[in-house]
Amino acid sequence: MSVTLYVPRDAVALGLGANKVARALFAGAERRGLDVTIVRTGSRGLFWLEPMVEVATPEGRIAYGPVKVSDVDALLDAGLATGGDHALRLGDPETIPFLARQQRLTFHRCGVIDPVSVEDYRAHGGYRGLEAALRLDAEGIVAAVRDSGLRGRGGAGFPAGIKWNTVMLAKADQKYVVCNADEGDSGTFADRMMMEGDPFNLIEGMTIAAVATGATRGYIYLRSEYPQAFATLKEAIANGVGAGVLGQNILGSGKDFHLEVRLGAGAYICGEETSLLESLEGKRGIVRAKPPIPALKGFLGQPTLVNNVMTFTAVPWILEHGAKAYADYGMGRSLGTLPIQLAGNVKHGGLIELAFGVTLRDVIQEYGGGTRSGRPVRAVQVGGPLGAYFPVDLLDTPLDYEAMAAKKGLVGHGGIVVFDDTVDMARQARFAFEFCATESCGKCTPCRIGATRGVETMDKVIAGIRPEANLKLVEDLCEVMTDGSLCAMGGLTPMPVMSAITHFPEDFRRAGDLPAAAE
Amino acid sequence: MARHEPWSAERASGIIAEHTHLEGATLPILHALQETFGYVDGGAVPLIADALNLSRAEIHGCITFYHDFRSHPAGRHEVKLCRAEACQAMGSEKLHREILGRLGCGWHETTADGSATVEPVYCLGLCANGPAALIDGEPVAHLTADALDEALAETKRETRQ
Repeated sequence: MSVTLYVPRDAVALGLGANKVARALFAGAERRGLDVTIVRTGSRGLFWLEPMVEVATPEGRIAYGPVKVSDVDALLDAGLATGGDHALRLGDPETIPFLARQQRLTFHRCGVIDPVSVEDYRAHGGYRGLEAALRLDAEGIVAAVRDSGLRGRGGAGFPAGIKWNTVMLAKADQKYVVCNADEGDSGTFADRMMMEGDPFNLIEGMTIAAVATGATRGYIYLRSEYPQAFATLKEAIANGVGAGVLGQNILGSGKDFHLEVRLGAGAYICGEETSLLESLEGKRGIVRAKPPIPALKGFLGQPTLVNNVMTFTAVPWILEHGAKAYADYGMGRSLGTLPIQLAGNVKHGGLIELAFGVTLRDVIQEYGGGTRSGRPVRAVQVGGPLGAYFPVDLLDTPLDYEAMAAKKGLVGHGGIVVFDDTVDMARQARFAFEFCATESCGKCTPCRIGATRGVETMDKVIAGIRPEANLKLVEDLCEVMTDGSLCAMGGLTPMPVMSAITHFPEDFRRAGDLPAAAE
Repeated sequence: MARHEPWSAERASGIIAEHTHLEGATLPILHALQETFGYVDGGAVPLIADALNLSRAEIHGCITFYHDFRSHPAGRHEVKLCRAEACQAMGSEKLHREILGRLGCGWHETTADGSATVEPVYCLGLCANGPAALIDGEPVAHLTADALDEALAETKRETRQ
């Protein structure tokens, strides 16, 4: 009897040797005369346990991890093929507390299925959302998205239903649906995980959007730092066309949707939607002034719906289960679930999908188990390189758009980066300016010049040169950048800088050496 | 990494022609050229401009805007080291100083023996398992200087086979 083993092909698992483990399992099974089929899945997002190998048994799946090549023979001898006992045996993966306590609406298939198989996707509930959408008219689909309370998961938190409605009502011969998969924020990997582990969820979400808005063409703009996601998406799209869920006459509805994945080229700014559209058109990724908004004049001047991967992938669940079921999760005006990404110096990092409202402290302590270095947590950056650094006494802030904003922070794309007590916050503030200087598109002066002046001024502060006067200059510069920048790049770079200065003043008032990184 | 072909205007024209039907073809063309030749030769600029009915300045501007595209051949292996915050939290700055010291080159530079070119990247999405790197497109988590040496030696062996 053939035994089915599941080995992730997620980039984290690959980075920890999953391909070698898969080869060793196959060879080891062959030597023992075991007939095994190895299915390459995505990751469930328990990254400290990767590569996590699972085996299908009559009692359900049994997981083992983290598995190294050197463990494979012992695992096979211990009866891995039948779920046998071993020090690395984790049992039913769904009962691991980190996973069992989550509310996985968007990520429930990730790490479970073969990501490029339409059949496997449908066997796990896939395409029920699109089928439900096809029974509605365009207004009905948009109403479901609006009533679910879904807000753009890319960072801005704009109500998705309003955007969808604008594109739906726009009159044009050609409309587009564009997915922003330029997940550039450090500490975020939910998009990558989804595209590598359950790409049809994204494809289905975009197809529903196309049906609702009347778009017949779509693009996924993917960052080039994700070559594994690129390969998986291309394979999934080709299989989708073959299975009749993409291309012409999708699911026999008479509607067409042609989807293509396009690679960015290493520019962080292309995660800003107008810059992304410029890049998609084949130009330099320079930010456009708004208005006109992309919903009316977007890709090639046509009405274009631009949403993040996490926004699109929330939609199939909403259409299948209803707007109210989704809106029952969350708090205040932040409804539904947030795929939180716990990263940096953390013991148990990974993907944690929970209803909005969980506190940072719960995420870091209950799920993360503290720092990987074992030292105390000192700072936490939430929402990527443009997000605020929070000290320990702000960790009771709930993850909610309004609650975070009230503490001068942001939810962003839901990434949380943990730092221990060895962090130098003056260096982190300097880095925020340095990153902005490297990645600014150069269109507006506050961002282009301000970032460079910020680095120079922070260098003086760090060197102990008139720190009070120079910090005053930094504050003044931050005000100009916040008020005068064209987009969030220059407009939010002050957030990590000012939060570091506000919450960790002691790091800014001691003389030290110029950082070695000041090349 | 597959060996790159030597620059050929004729071959480049063929690659460009395969992509001209695309909406916004510039980036797909530049990626295809870099994948084939390892860099985007200056000679490609007028070819792309002609094929897409754009100015040479627009194509040159595009090549220079994006960090990915290079106008000169790189080393045999491409090492991308993540410099972003999540990796910083795991000590990437110190690690990078050691790696660059061992390789004897700086950021954006190629080692003296031509074996590797080192590029900084800002996030590889391996943020819970840093420090992270991408070596010839293959992810490496929990990077150490020794692990990089080993990975480069391994890819060298694979290239030779």
